[in-house]
Amino acid sequence: MNAIVTLSGVTKRYTRGKQTVEVLHGIDLEIAQGDFVALMGPSGSGKTTLLNLIGGLDQPSTGSVAVAGERIDTLSGSKLAKWRARHIGFVFQFYNLMPMLTAQRNVELPLLLTSLSAAQRKKNAEAALAVVGLADRSKHKPNELSGGQAQRVAIARALVADPTLLVCDEPTGDLDRNTADEILHLLQTLNREHGKTIVMVTHDPKAAEFASHQMHLDKGLLVGTTVAA
Amino acid sequence: MKFFPLLWATLWRKKIRTIFTLMSIMIAFLLFGMLQGVNAAFHSGVDNANVNRLIVSSRISLTEALPLSQMQQMDALPGVAHVTYAVWFDARYQEQKNFLFAVPTDIDRYLATIPEVKVAPDQVEALKRTRSGILIGTVAAKKYGWKIGDRVPLHSNIWTRKADGQSDWAFDVVGFYDFTGDPSQTDGAIFNYSYFDEARAFRNGTIGWWIVSVKDPNQSAAVAQAIDKLFENSSDETKSQSEKEFAQGFMKQFGDINFIVTAILGAVFFTLLFLTGNTMMQSVRERVPEMAVLKTLGFSDGQVLTLVFAESLLLCLLAAALGLLLAQMIFPLIAGKIGAASLPLQVLATGGLIAVVLAVLTGLPPALSASRLNIVDALRS
Repeated sequence: MNAIVTLSGVTKRYTRGKQTVEVLHGIDLEIAQGDFVALMGPSGSGKTTLLNLIGGLDQPSTGSVAVAGERIDTLSGSKLAKWRARHIGFVFQFYNLMPMLTAQRNVELPLLLTSLSAAQRKKNAEAALAVVGLADRSKHKPNELSGGQAQRVAIARALVADPTLLVCDEPTGDLDRNTADEILHLLQTLNREHGKTIVMVTHDPKAAEFASHQMHLDKGLLVGTTVAA
Repeated sequence: MKFFPLLWATLWRKKIRTIFTLMSIMIAFLLFGMLQGVNAAFHSGVDNANVNRLIVSSRISLTEALPLSQMQQMDALPGVAHVTYAVWFDARYQEQKNFLFAVPTDIDRYLATIPEVKVAPDQVEALKRTRSGILIGTVAAKKYGWKIGDRVPLHSNIWTRKADGQSDWAFDVVGFYDFTGDPSQTDGAIFNYSYFDEARAFRNGTIGWWIVSVKDPNQSAAVAQAIDKLFENSSDETKSQSEKEFAQGFMKQFGDINFIVTAILGAVFFTLLFLTGNTMMQSVRERVPEMAVLKTLGFSDGQVLTLVFAESLLLCLLAAALGLLLAQMIFPLIAGKIGAASLPLQVLATGGLIAVVLAVLTGLPPALSASRLNIVDALRS
């Protein structure tokens, strides 16, 4: 297996006041390039914490995290920020779009950190919006879009810089079933037709069915992996 | 520049709040521009005072006259380059509010002593030829639309005419004068002392104050002392001061304008500091998740800090520019009344600098707190 994500002996502890809570207990896992993995588990099982570690938003207390062959647990804050810009596309449950920017400007945001010209940034953003089927909504602001459309814009924003890995935290958690299925189909298409590696946190079994692998977490431990039928 | 659309959109995220904040800052800078403009106009006489010149007035009071006969003795003093004189005419044109700094003098002596005053040679000759002639400063000429050949009636609040006991004097415009480096000095007029002295009803043969230029500025104090010693124990004792000291003394009659202006503006900007600072803090607090998203996308702590600070800078500079622009537009309406021409460039530059300081003080704390945000905690919020 050509692993794009490798975690070895990862633990994560949080200190709240005088109390230290260990959220993840020695996680070992590998995710292959081009895979679509659903991280599942009950609330408090450590799914989002694990996703944050894979996406370089947080660093493990012990153990190592490597993505595309690069150890990210040893990177400084500024290097990790640059690394995220280059390698990771994030999709959040509540879309987290900038309310004052149009869809196109939202999608352009990650490209502001590149050396692309304004014309090239616009062109790439329009292309990303076309991929998610929203080419005609580029001038609309988030409050003029439906939930599903807003999430599509968020996916376009995650895609626009052509990241190594797409990291999705409950991407359908705020959507009705039909819209959720549309978004999941879109993710599946991105995985199958564009070869994007996707790691998605969900506690919705129906959403997890769209992934090629399901990894189950419980109380900070990886308790099993299921391959889609 | 590529971040400007993001910055601009963020600034107008809450339109009403931004407009109110912008207006508060704008009005503060309008006030700053107007008050500092007035302050600068009041002090321009002090700032432009010549180190080579002395003002010699009566030891008793500035309003006491001195005899013209003192001139020869001063002319003969070592260290004295030129001596001229003037009389306070207190001229008004048509209405009491239209004050004109008009002085009777000897034009040759006046030009030699104050070389900053520039008059075309043929107009100097015209003044000498025309007893009732008058040279008008360029600002005054523009203000009242006077041209050569005009007969200008001026009312004096002090001097009556011997012939008819009236205080209305008539002059013939024969030319104009400029003042190098300070146009505000041209809101006045110069006319012949000989005409004035013959026609006035009282205090003939006297002047109001002497203007003495010295050969060596380092000897100013010694020359001043020598002049005062010359007339010591006479019935017309003198008080000699440098032009700067004289201007400062004159200013004190109006009170400490500088202190009043500084106190008012200090209170305004102190209040503004809290208002703008609070707005910026609130604005950043509301956008914690957005800041976290920017960081998630790969914006570094430094870039987030720069963005928030730039937002504060943009707000303050934009509002200050609007306020100062407005001040520059309004100031000429009152400038004539205080003997100024336009808002000095120095006031605009100081305003710009204050806007930057305001932006630093109000923008840096929220920018620092935004840059220190922990992404995971901020996203959770």
